[in-house]
Amino acid sequence: MLPALLTMVGLAAAAGLAAALAARRPAADEQRLVDEIDALLPQTQCGRCTFSGCRPYAAALARGEADINQCPPGGDATAAALARLLGREPQPVDPRFGLVPAQPAVAWIDESACIGCVKCIQACPVDAIVGASRFMHTVIAAQCTGCELCIPPCPVDCIVMRPAQA
Amino acid sequence: MRQVLYALVPTVVLHVVFFGPGLLIQIVLGVATALLAEAAALRLRGKPLPPFLLDGSAIITAVLLALCLPPLAPWWLIVSGVAFAILLAKHLFGGLGANPFNPAMVGYAVLLVSFPMRLLQWLPPNVAGIELADLSAMETLTTILTGAPPARFTWDAITSPTPLDALRTNLSLGMTMGEAHASAMFSAFGGKGWEWINLATLAGGIWLLALRIIRWHIPVAMLSALFVCASIMAAADPGAYAGPLFHLTSGASMLGAFFIATDPVSAATSDRGRLIYGAGIGVLTYVIRTWGGYPDGVAFAVLIMNLAVPLIDRYTIPRIYGHAR
Amino acid sequence: MATSRVRGGLRLNAHKERSTEHALRPATAVESLVLPLDQHAGAPAVPLVKRGDRVLRGQPLAGPGGAISAWLHSPVSGTISAIEPRPAPHRLGAPALSIVVSNDGRDERHAAPSPTGFEQMAPEQLRDAIDRGGIVGLGGAVFPTAAKLRSAAAATSLRLLLNGAECEPYISCDDMLMRERARDIVFGARVLLHALAAQSCVIAIEDDTVQAAASLEAALSEAHDERIRLRRVASIYPAGGEKQLITTIFGVEVPHDGLPANVGVACLNVGTAAAVAQWIRDAQPLTRRIVTVTGDGVREQRNLEVPLGTSLGALIYDCGGYTGRMARLIMGGSMMGQALPHDDMPVIKATNCVIAASAVDLQPRGPEMPCIRCGNCSVACPAMLLPQQLHWYAQARDLAALETHGLMDCIECGCCDYVCPSQIPLVERFRDMKPALAAQLAARTAADAARARFDARTGRLERIESERSAVLARKRQELAKKSS
Repeated sequence: MLPALLTMVGLAAAAGLAAALAARRPAADEQRLVDEIDALLPQTQCGRCTFSGCRPYAAALARGEADINQCPPGGDATAAALARLLGREPQPVDPRFGLVPAQPAVAWIDESACIGCVKCIQACPVDAIVGASRFMHTVIAAQCTGCELCIPPCPVDCIVMRPAQA
Repeated sequence: MRQVLYALVPTVVLHVVFFGPGLLIQIVLGVATALLAEAAALRLRGKPLPPFLLDGSAIITAVLLALCLPPLAPWWLIVSGVAFAILLAKHLFGGLGANPFNPAMVGYAVLLVSFPMRLLQWLPPNVAGIELADLSAMETLTTILTGAPPARFTWDAITSPTPLDALRTNLSLGMTMGEAHASAMFSAFGGKGWEWINLATLAGGIWLLALRIIRWHIPVAMLSALFVCASIMAAADPGAYAGPLFHLTSGASMLGAFFIATDPVSAATSDRGRLIYGAGIGVLTYVIRTWGGYPDGVAFAVLIMNLAVPLIDRYTIPRIYGHAR
Repeated sequence: MATSRVRGGLRLNAHKERSTEHALRPATAVESLVLPLDQHAGAPAVPLVKRGDRVLRGQPLAGPGGAISAWLHSPVSGTISAIEPRPAPHRLGAPALSIVVSNDGRDERHAAPSPTGFEQMAPEQLRDAIDRGGIVGLGGAVFPTAAKLRSAAAATSLRLLLNGAECEPYISCDDMLMRERARDIVFGARVLLHALAAQSCVIAIEDDTVQAAASLEAALSEAHDERIRLRRVASIYPAGGEKQLITTIFGVEVPHDGLPANVGVACLNVGTAAAVAQWIRDAQPLTRRIVTVTGDGVREQRNLEVPLGTSLGALIYDCGGYTGRMARLIMGGSMMGQALPHDDMPVIKATNCVIAASAVDLQPRGPEMPCIRCGNCSVACPAMLLPQQLHWYAQARDLAALETHGLMDCIECGCCDYVCPSQIPLVERFRDMKPALAAQLAARTAADAARARFDARTGRLERIESERSAVLARKRQELAKKSS
């Protein structure tokens, strides 16, 4: 009886220890972890997560300083993927950080109203707006991530979001 | 699936020759239970009865389980085993195509763990040199239906262990392999009766291979692994370990290799995966038979390898055309 | 890494005996021809004519609409009666913008440019010349040939492969072409060798096309061109799939994220080679193609040379009309063909075969049962996939697992479908999931591009900031020096 009990307890303890060891990540791999997290993020660079871009958010996640539900453009799918990668409880996106967009959208500048002030160009995190001071500005739709950071700075409110072309 | 049933005919015939008509009654009871259970489950799940009911999968489960049980086992043994197999091991997991475990083996395992003594009450084979109690067909039927032997016999007088069971008992009593083999139920390499049944199963299995209903990977891997394990241990200590031919021709070795382990739903997916799966079953069968708590290890070996299938599948995805690896 | 033998595949009943009994003949002329502008891969062609214009046979009607596009020429002389959406077979009956030509029956030809000996042209010039003939891949992919030649020519030591391995049951148009127009194919091979600056050419055919082989051998010995050889491959479906054929003939595998040019091969259909010959040698642009009309639902099964734009209904009528047993109209072969809702649609450059199928031709499909993981599908798959796993993950819509198991590598040949004992329409399931996976992969590529741009911008701003602070620091230093 006793040998059997000891065997079972010993096996269970060994299996538990093995599982715990396998789930740990060595400290030197922190940079790789940030890269792996960043690869799951949509690269919208919108800042809704309260960090200044996707990579800063990834770094915060790696350090355990942020939660997985802070990325609206990634949607619940990204939150689930982050949960799987980091071994955390899956959650839907927290609406306090923004609404998950129903469909991909890109910015569009109404050229009849544009005054050429370059404020939107300075705001775009991926340099998707071409133009110069007092020259016409336009959004390169293929490069626009839909982050909407160009909309608040525009003094004449001439930028709107439009559904992206397939 | 019908071809699988045809391929089992030689096995059933020889089984009846050596152990009497009990098996046929078990098959009838088992198939009836299987069809009733399947129909009930399909109805509960809102699925149409044809074509699922007669697709043959439930019938095969029943026949395989019947072959694993002693011929004189009481009726409620096969009935509960088949019901468990169909209702819990198959339909609870999603029905045809969705069961992670081999339903017949789940049924057998449940019976073995719940009623161990009943499953060890086999009959002696009907061969020269062995004294057996001669039950008529009618007496066989009443024994099964009532759960009690005919008045003129006791259980001890009728039943006898299988060769695997006898060997294990004798070895644990301190006999050497040679001494254990001297008993009348053993012949040149296997157990009398059982070796013929296994050969008949082998023939059925080769028939299925020829028809391309099963593929060679699992049977060859399992039998090779069993052969290798037995050879190594028997070469190391012939007095304590049975040889490879004994293992290949006793118990459910051939039945397991060609009819049980080859259940495609619960087996690994790729060819390489199936070789690993089959080899694992072979090794585990040997280990359980030699050092484990049960005389025959096929059922638990299959169930354990069923557990390992998702892991095996994950690591044996074959190389796709145009990819490096 | 590579295998030299294609795994999987099926031996199928060819069903080509009836349609190859008669010699080729031209289709009977029709009054109106409908030419969809997007009947080739790439950007749709842009019309050069307008309603009411008079046009001649061989006259360009539409020009390339993008970098990968094709010219479209008039098959007849007549008038442009409309440029409007019409039901199109490659959209399974949905409308495509088409040029409608009404035939005046006079067959007046457009003045052809005098053919320059192609061997005197530079390869680049020859590729441009081929472009203007409206030549596209006639094996079914209708990829603009000039674009293919241009991208392949960048590779070194290129080998030309002409695909005459017509493996799909029912289709016999290439077989008839090889029997009757072998000289055109060989001439086309010589033109393509020059256009690609390639050194060798293999014409591949299946080992059961005996007459075609004899015809090609005769044409080859007549041409005395040692660069061109004939090779036979086992007639296992899909031996004529581009990747499978390249592996069988050359023993290399086309990388999953690359093109045949990456392994030094340019593969074109024999029909494309013949079309190139007719344009470069005879100044006849691509306005006709050979179409197999077959199936138990049509009276006369045969191959015809059909002007593009001829309606399928007129084509069937030309072959004696439907029999009473006609059940379904299929464009393509029996494995990869698509059913059409009606026959009021034109023959396009991709139309290799029309099957008027009756119950005899159509294999009844039993009720779909769950997958029992038997593995027949993975044995048959020529792309070496595990279709049972793809099916499992398609049901779960697990895009990550579908990507790992190679869904995008599926060539939709239909072998798995054919052998499935549970009658699961596997190719349909895979076709359903491919757009979702492709969108996810495209999103990933776009995200990678956005990340690169973000990193570049961040780097630029940091650099500007550090330059600014360096300049300011220097100025402070100078001020401090001056005041001291």
